[in-house]
Amino acid sequence: MTTTTLAVLVPLLPFLGALAGLLLGRTVPGLVRPLAVLPTLASLALAATVAWRQGGGQAVDTATELTPTGSVPIELALYIDGFAALTAVLVTVVAACVQIYSTGYLRDDPRYPSYAALVSLFTSAMLLVVYSGDLMVLLVGWEVMGICSYFLVGHYWETPEARAASLKAFLVTKLGDVPFLIGLFALATDAGSFRVTRILAAVANGGIEHPTLIALLLLAGVAGKSAQFPLHTWLPDAMAGPTPVSALIHAATMVAAGVYFIARLLPLFEASQAAMTVLAVMAAVTMTGSALAALAQDDIKRVLAYSTIGQLGYMTGALAVADRGAAVFHLLSHGAFKALLFLAAGVIIHAAGTNSLATMSRMGHLRDRVPDAYWTMTVALLALAAIPPFSGFFSKEAVLGAAEHVVTGHTGHAPAAAGWIVLLAGLVTALLTAAYAMRLWLLAFRGYGAEAPDHGRQPLTMTTVLWVLAVPSLALGGLAFRVLPDWFDGHDLTPTPTTSVLGTGVALVGGIITYATWRHTTAHAAARVPLGAVAAHPEGDAGLVEAEAIATHEPAYGDIAYAPDPSDPGRLLLGPLHRPAAAGFHLDALYTALFVRPVRAGASLVRFLDREVVDTYVRGAGTLPRWLGAAVRRAQTGNLQTYVSVLLAGTVVLAVAAVLVATGA
Amino acid sequence: MTPAATLGGLAAGTVNLAAESRGFLSPTGVEIAFLLVGLVTFGAAVITVTTRQLVHAALWLVVALGGLAVEYLLLTAEFIAWVQVLVYVGSVVVLLLFGLMLTRAPIGRSPDADSGNRRVALAVAVAAAAALVWVVVDAFRTTWIDLDGAPAGSTEVTGASLFQHWVLPFEALSVLLLAALVGAIVLSRKAKADAASGATDARRDTEGAR
Amino acid sequence: MHLAYPAVLSALLFCTGLYGVLARRNAILVLMSVELMLNAVNLNLVAFDVWLSRTAEETLHSGQALTLFTIAIAAAEIGIGLAIVLAVYRNRGTSDIDKLRDTAEGHEPDGPDSDATGRETPVPRTAGEKAEATA
Repeated sequence: MTTTTLAVLVPLLPFLGALAGLLLGRTVPGLVRPLAVLPTLASLALAATVAWRQGGGQAVDTATELTPTGSVPIELALYIDGFAALTAVLVTVVAACVQIYSTGYLRDDPRYPSYAALVSLFTSAMLLVVYSGDLMVLLVGWEVMGICSYFLVGHYWETPEARAASLKAFLVTKLGDVPFLIGLFALATDAGSFRVTRILAAVANGGIEHPTLIALLLLAGVAGKSAQFPLHTWLPDAMAGPTPVSALIHAATMVAAGVYFIARLLPLFEASQAAMTVLAVMAAVTMTGSALAALAQDDIKRVLAYSTIGQLGYMTGALAVADRGAAVFHLLSHGAFKALLFLAAGVIIHAAGTNSLATMSRMGHLRDRVPDAYWTMTVALLALAAIPPFSGFFSKEAVLGAAEHVVTGHTGHAPAAAGWIVLLAGLVTALLTAAYAMRLWLLAFRGYGAEAPDHGRQPLTMTTVLWVLAVPSLALGGLAFRVLPDWFDGHDLTPTPTTSVLGTGVALVGGIITYATWRHTTAHAAARVPLGAVAAHPEGDAGLVEAEAIATHEPAYGDIAYAPDPSDPGRLLLGPLHRPAAAGFHLDALYTALFVRPVRAGASLVRFLDREVVDTYVRGAGTLPRWLGAAVRRAQTGNLQTYVSVLLAGTVVLAVAAVLVATGA
Repeated sequence: MTPAATLGGLAAGTVNLAAESRGFLSPTGVEIAFLLVGLVTFGAAVITVTTRQLVHAALWLVVALGGLAVEYLLLTAEFIAWVQVLVYVGSVVVLLLFGLMLTRAPIGRSPDADSGNRRVALAVAVAAAAALVWVVVDAFRTTWIDLDGAPAGSTEVTGASLFQHWVLPFEALSVLLLAALVGAIVLSRKAKADAASGATDARRDTEGAR
Repeated sequence: MHLAYPAVLSALLFCTGLYGVLARRNAILVLMSVELMLNAVNLNLVAFDVWLSRTAEETLHSGQALTLFTIAIAAAEIGIGLAIVLAVYRNRGTSDIDKLRDTAEGHEPDGPDSDATGRETPVPRTAGEKAEATA
């Protein structure tokens, strides 16, 4: 088979799997698991083959136009360069891991068939985005991901949090998608095509007339999908979905799509200095803000969600300094370790029966209950904190190194201001990242107190996947930074000494400070407030336990993200910032005041107008016929003689009229 | 142009020249007789539909139908006249009287013989009468029927016409009569037990009323 | 004789019958009025037949034949009509036409004394009044 055929099969197989799963899920339950796992695995093998054949050489670029569709043609196009090939491998690896993990995680869930089909569809849509060489086809995958995320985040729709979160995710990403669509149209009008290759050629020839406008419009869509400030608020709330879904959304699909999109069209963004600066500011605000917020969260999954936002900030930062190699490198390594973090968190939540770090810190020996999760999560957290030689170190250093290149004027692609912004924000975030990674690790695994409850060993499907993902988290960076430039643009990804020392240094400082604070706060151990709520059905499958944990967090602590725990090191570290950070710096409240309230007020105004004004006319118009009807109804007396009288009177009138007309009188 | 021209034009070709010479109101003996009997007939009919005594209404109907029979005779349709006497005066009125008795119709003045629809009915009837009379008079005020010569409705003439040209409808009519016979029996038979007691009740009531 | 005389008499008789049909309450009186209307038509048929039999060369005497048919049909009609009136009287206990209002709006299917609740009855009559009228 040619590389093109293989590449077409990569998104097609999960799509067919999803279709078959939806159709057969109810009637043939035995087929659901194979239909979920096997197409994804096959697609992984095919994606790997495609990547191997492509080998970082000439990009595969084929297209076919099914039918003429108006002025700007829409083509079914494939454009597979090194970025696309490697991203597809990452997507399929994570998707396969998530599918295998889900068979254990949602073992007893009655809605598992539709869940698995939606995950397959999600994977297929992401692969379409990755491989597509036509922006309209890319948009199809982009929007399918939006609707799939709505369904998957709302998987536990019995809980009000999940319902609200799914709606929020959908609406916020759609808010970004509208300008995105307009930007796509503007771009296609300027370039005369939706094909990526033609657009890039037009950019190179200076054929784009409004690069800043188009870039900013596209950025809005990217900010929505990739959860960048100010459209990131949906992501922490999306934790109301099942943990494997979080892993899939955060590691490989949805949020990666935005970054990948910019990476693909980077020359277009480079054409506008303003867009690059905006991108840099956006990245800086996103990463520092989210890192602060992560330090204050109580829900283990929300910590990871904010960390995802921060790491995505690194990627957009790398793009802001015009180094897409570094961005996609970080995307790959982050995909591996963030998937691992989420899946391990799922195991921990199942074992502990809670998602609250405050409660976990009051459980002794939790790490002995889940040794696989303990070790793999330690690896992933070290990768997250960018400690050498874990993979996160190399990719993050590639980003910081690229920023340093811009600062020192080695490249003219990006403004120096962007370089400074990204470099400084990146260093601050490195410190904070190490701090919250340390805090998460200490609170989850170093708790004092009653023994953690023992629910037996976790399913093999769940723990095996953790070790599979631990390998790239540990080794990908060290092995790949020499090879990857051949696949990417050829920029050197080797860590530079300055940033390496600086980055590792601040990371170590952050970790050590957190540890010291934790030692200090555990002195309060004697005076500890008893805290905690644990799932009511610890013997159930992991999905059920998690749903109960999410549902009980707010009643137990009064807030979905916050727990009044005096022994939390984050509280001491952040000081007065702790409360606002836990609430995501009250951005939701701000949005409520700025957008939700006016919209609601407008809606109630419209409702008032509709009820009181429009309906008055409608009712008025209805009154006359009603009166007429009542009058006519009174004639229906049932008295035959009346009827016949009226009939004959009419006949007489008609006869007289006929005679008069006939005689011409 | 009047209705007379329209409708009269139909007959204009065939009408007798003699008719032209006669005016609208130039009564002959037959006409005076017809007019007097007609007045009696019309008066009896009006009393029939206005009287408050139900049995009297049936009796005045006899007068009206008998008057019509005389009118037929004056029009030289003698066979129809005897059939009229035989069927209407002889049987239909008797049937109606039986019906009045079986439904325990009150003897004597009944205050509720007319329904509340009376005024409307009067208006409709007067309007219809005015319209019809206007049209008919306008159309036929000069048309003359020549009653001299052989009678137009003698038994021989009617019989010849009926059994030469109208045999098939005549036979069809016999089927209709049979159907009506069967239908009437079926309708009356439905509540046999009730009918038996009802008939005795009716008789007792009638006797008591007398 | 002028054709106008029988024609006008016929029209007047017809309208008298019409008034009877519309104004009478008792179903049998209504039947009598129908008879009057039929006879008015008969008179018309006979008068025109006599007129045409003199003026036309060939005539089928259709007027007289149809009059005979009408008389026969009227006899049948009166038989069926009386049977229906008797059946109604047995079921409802009355032969008053304006009490048979099953087709009225808001009519509840009920028994013979439906007029007791009939709000449309113009002059509500009690059983006592009726008995008084009978005596």
